[in-house]
Amino acid sequence: MSVEVRIPTILRPYTDGVKIVEAQGDSLAAVITDLDTRYTGIGERLVEEGSLRRFINVYLNDEDVRFLGGIDTPVADGDSVTILPAVAGG
Amino acid sequence: MRFDSLLDSVGGTPLVGLPRLSPGPEVRLWAKLEDRNPTGSIKDRAALAMVEQAEKDGLLTPGCTILEPTSGNTGISLAMAARLKGYRLVCVMPENTSDERTQLLRMWGAEVVYSPGAGGSNEAVRVARRMSQEHPDWIMLYQYGNLANAQAHYDTTGPEILTDLPTVTHFVAGLGTTGTLMGAGRYLREHQPGIQIVAAEPRYGELVYGLRNLDEGFVPELYDESVLTTRYSVGPRDAVRRVRQLLNQEGIFAGISTGAILHAAIGLGQRAVKAGESADIAFIVCDGGWKYLSTGAYEGTLDEAEDRLDGQVWA
Repeated sequence: MSVEVRIPTILRPYTDGVKIVEAQGDSLAAVITDLDTRYTGIGERLVEEGSLRRFINVYLNDEDVRFLGGIDTPVADGDSVTILPAVAGG
Repeated sequence: MRFDSLLDSVGGTPLVGLPRLSPGPEVRLWAKLEDRNPTGSIKDRAALAMVEQAEKDGLLTPGCTILEPTSGNTGISLAMAARLKGYRLVCVMPENTSDERTQLLRMWGAEVVYSPGAGGSNEAVRVARRMSQEHPDWIMLYQYGNLANAQAHYDTTGPEILTDLPTVTHFVAGLGTTGTLMGAGRYLREHQPGIQIVAAEPRYGELVYGLRNLDEGFVPELYDESVLTTRYSVGPRDAVRRVRQLLNQEGIFAGISTGAILHAAIGLGQRAVKAGESADIAFIVCDGGWKYLSTGAYEGTLDEAEDRLDGQVWA
């Protein structure tokens, strides 16, 4: 299963500046593990003690994964994963 | 309708059906026109509630200076209330917001301090906190953590929607301070079993997410994800497309963030149609389009509008 992952500016030092990368896996956790094998260290920036870090938001096809299944959210071939830092509005 | 003063006229906004944009006769969209508030946005509710709570608590006394980080609308609402009540207002606003916001703030007498564009409202919060330390006598109402913000929507926005639409199945609003969704959402959950509370969060261009490190991320203290059913991220292209549809098909001239909310609402409606369910989907029109005219969102192609909004805090 191949998904497209959008990397925010702040994490692009890990991907040599690349904005959109491909990753394999049938869950978000597997996708992050796959990313970390190629971009060492990125996993730790996203996940802490088995959960997404507080100031990291991850969207699967534009829906916040915290409402889908968190780090265990299943992903399917062709899905789009967007990673963003949490920012305020108002 | 008659009111003793402008401040007494906050809230009580119309809920209007969208016969053309509704996905079907059994799946209907309803727009809550918050642009009909005194300064033209939903923020009048929270701003007035925060000021009056601070007065009750004895924090605000005549002649006080109010300090607030804001991307615009809350500041404009506070400026109106501050003018009528005799307070000085200092707003900290990201520099990458529309010109009209600055113009309106100054018209109502507020002083504007700009924060760097990279980091968006996160930076405005940081700058305001620093100024608050330098001026301990200034009162920061702090909309992101002020319970009166959400309470205003629990007391007014939520009950108004349920009264006007007792069959409401979905409530969709924007996610900024989270006050609208936390307050109205909590009220509707308590009084309308099975209702879905859905957040539409604006997805900005890269500049706005340009934090120096991830620890500078920000989640408003008011936010409680258990109130929400789900949360969607909506980019400027979909927001602009929908805000234009709202204007062209239903005659409602709304601000860009409303386009993002409508996009989520239409998605939920289409899902209900597919599932063969009936639905009454209420969503928030946060403000009118007037103060975004200079962004160019309402003219040219979607590509052009998207380019012009890149790097702007458009919601």
